Amino acid sequence: MKNYYFNEDHELFRQGLKDFLNKEVVPNIEKWEEEQRIPKEIFKKFGDMGYLGLNYPEKYGGIDADFFYAVVFTEEISKVFSGGFMAAFAVQQFMSSPYLMKHGSDFIKEKYLTKAISGDAICSIAITEPNAGSDVANIRTTAVRDGDYYIVNGSKTFITSGVYGDVLITVVKTNPNEGFNGISLLVIDRNAEGVSATKLKKLGWHASDTAELSFDNVKVPVENLLGEENHGFFYLMDGLQLERLVGAIGGYAGSEAALDYSLQYMSEREAFGRPINKFQVLRHRVAQMASEIESIKYFVYHCCRLHAEGEYVVKECSMAKLLGTELSDKVMYQCLQFFGGYGYMEEYKMARMFRDSRIGTIGGGTSEIMREIIAKMVIDDKSYQKSTQTPIINTKATNGSANGSMNNKTNNQKTTTMSYESTFNTMKEKAESAQPLGSVLKLNFGENRIVIDGTNGANNVTGDDIDANCTVDVSLDDFTSMLNGDLNPMGAFMSGKMKVKGDTGVALKLQTLFS
Amino acid sequence: MNTNYFTSEHQLFRKSLRDFLDREIVPHIDEWEEKGEIPVSAFNKLGQMGYYGLGFEEKFGGMQTDIFYTIILVEELNKCNSAGTAASLLSHPTLALEHLSKNGSDFLKTKYLEPGIAGEIIGCLAISEPQAGSDVSNIQTKAEEKESYYLINGAKTFITNGVKSDFYVAAVRTGDKGYDGISMMVIDRKSEGVQTNRLKKLGWHASETAEIAFDNVKVPKENLIGEINKGFYYIMEKFELERLILSTGALASAEYALTYGLQYMSEREAFNRPLNKFQELRHRVAQLSAELECLKAFNYQICQALQQKEDVTKECAMTKLLCTEFMDKLSYQVLQFFGGYGYMEEYKAARIFRDSRIGTIGGGTSEIMREIIAKSIIG
Repeated sequence: MKNYYFNEDHELFRQGLKDFLNKEVVPNIEKWEEEQRIPKEIFKKFGDMGYLGLNYPEKYGGIDADFFYAVVFTEEISKVFSGGFMAAFAVQQFMSSPYLMKHGSDFIKEKYLTKAISGDAICSIAITEPNAGSDVANIRTTAVRDGDYYIVNGSKTFITSGVYGDVLITVVKTNPNEGFNGISLLVIDRNAEGVSATKLKKLGWHASDTAELSFDNVKVPVENLLGEENHGFFYLMDGLQLERLVGAIGGYAGSEAALDYSLQYMSEREAFGRPINKFQVLRHRVAQMASEIESIKYFVYHCCRLHAEGEYVVKECSMAKLLGTELSDKVMYQCLQFFGGYGYMEEYKMARMFRDSRIGTIGGGTSEIMREIIAKMVIDDKSYQKSTQTPIINTKATNGSANGSMNNKTNNQKTTTMSYESTFNTMKEKAESAQPLGSVLKLNFGENRIVIDGTNGANNVTGDDIDANCTVDVSLDDFTSMLNGDLNPMGAFMSGKMKVKGDTGVALKLQTLFS
Repeated sequence: MNTNYFTSEHQLFRKSLRDFLDREIVPHIDEWEEKGEIPVSAFNKLGQMGYYGLGFEEKFGGMQTDIFYTIILVEELNKCNSAGTAASLLSHPTLALEHLSKNGSDFLKTKYLEPGIAGEIIGCLAISEPQAGSDVSNIQTKAEEKESYYLINGAKTFITNGVKSDFYVAAVRTGDKGYDGISMMVIDRKSEGVQTNRLKKLGWHASETAEIAFDNVKVPKENLIGEINKGFYYIMEKFELERLILSTGALASAEYALTYGLQYMSEREAFNRPLNKFQELRHRVAQLSAELECLKAFNYQICQALQQKEDVTKECAMTKLLCTEFMDKLSYQVLQFFGGYGYMEEYKAARIFRDSRIGTIGGGTSEIMREIIAKSIIG
């Protein structure tokens, strides 16, 4: 069945992302799992590629793409066989920085959001406390106003990226006499005086660092308040829908990866003289799981679409999170079984997949909390209203409507346009010193064109209109912006500024010409 | 893509259909369940209203509507608290007429499809035999070619509407063993040599289920549907739609049952509070609702893909498997909500429970669905 939710541009983006993950992430996973941390440089690399600002405005360095790019991103980071890795990047882009975007002042956006998008700052969301998890209204960390500062005291726990991160979006009580009406969100520098962290040991998610944080008379400037004082609870409730969708995507996408991995193993491993994928009972187990994965995946897509259209879909997001994460636990358990004794050994990936999955039905609201929410809506007809008038970040539903440049630089300087001749010469110079493409690439600027023929062991650059394996339609202005490093080529694909016909793999190699 | 599969025209259609069913069908359900059959007049009425023409050629009295009209008919019929009634009233158009419309000659269409659409005559699909259910390639009923007719000998079983139907769309063996020797033909029930016998069942009481014996039955040559020995492929082609109709029916029944259960739980008190205030039961409802919503989204998506003529063999097997198994689970749990009353015929939970049990068997068992899926994924 064709997938109706992704178009060619999404798939192109997926391919580029996969290549990037295979190069920068996959080979290092075992090391990071061992060291129990992800190096900061990798965040920067993601930022450089534009991957951390998918749904954010260009003004802050984002690329302003539609929500299904975020779906693709979440699916792919869920398939690198490390839930801990996935968690750090899901928190960065979907669970912490959205609060900076939606509720932060210009000051906060400039100071923190731009860095979260560029990968210069690692962000955390600090909600849970030793005595308050899903029961947010009951938190005890206080922020008392003192002149131009809040003085913060208390502790937080289970905070992803809290040990090595930079920015803590912290949930505090600004009015201790009130329950959920006394909660605010503060942006606190991880290195501020009085903040200390202890690294927690966990069952799984080894690559991500998880902290217990303590705040001892921490001075936080008042301008670091997100939105209005005492509105924090509502901001959180608003943000949780995205968090749950991301959890649901992680659930089915991780399951898909585990099943594919198992199918490969089952085709190779023999028992009683035949590959184990010939045993009917195992085949039927695969069939059952594949059906459940497929159905939940399409349900989550349906919920993502509603979310992207700006609907406040509390019931559906809670259902998706419940089903997606419980699915993952079941699939990981059964897939491990396919591997027999090897499933229990660290030599194969199933052991990690199994332990990493186990947090899914707990983090971001337990399955029991999800069922509470659903029960209220289904049985008591309770409806949840969106708390603010602020639309959720980037609700554009269709691709191609993303307008403007996909600029990774915060200061959107307009660069001087180069002429065709000087562009041609620059490309010639770059191409001739780069690795041969192995195929023919045509850049079409309307009247003029640049053709790079890399089939004869070198990149031969001409302006002749010959047949190419891949044709890229782009305006000269946009192309020179890319040459100058002001426009991210991947971003240009996603915005429709650059249209690719033919072998898209060739177009992906363009990136190497620009570096 | 459009995730709102139903336009305002669809909604209008649904509403008028609902009114019709509430007026003409629902009041008679208990009586039909008791008697074990639905009167021919009910089929006549659905035909007169045009409900049997959905998706068929206008030339023969049909309306070339999209698949979602058919889905609405399936959904609303399954919300009348008798899955047997739904099965009986739906098998005529979605099984018998579908085969005629897809592969029948103009002669057959004029003679059977047109009056079938009008609800004047009733047809049924006859494939299963005592020794061949899901294993269609193994059917034994023989059709010997004579000079001007086929001579049929054999037996069919589990045939919905098999006693009252005017004609059978039957699978018969015209060639060698295996799937390349099967043909489809129309057999008049009143032909000499046809004998029917009604079967007693666990549920689906309103639906009449028959075994049929053919003893030297003569069938005119022009009653062959499509080409000779192509029957197996015709049957396989129609399985996608058949399975989607079964999954859709299961989901509609599930929604109906859950709504019914919720209503009871809001009224019934225990330990001084309504049942719907007990957390354990609330969470069970939440879980069922989540699974129901999920399967609906998946099922609609496949309907749309089928409409766009995509190959959805695997997906139809998946949704048939998941939805019918889900309905068994749900009907079990809903009955539990009713306590002792769930076991009494005074409430609807008992019928819902027994009617559900055929879901994972008819139209290909769950095991067959998993075989199909496994083959498509593993090879």
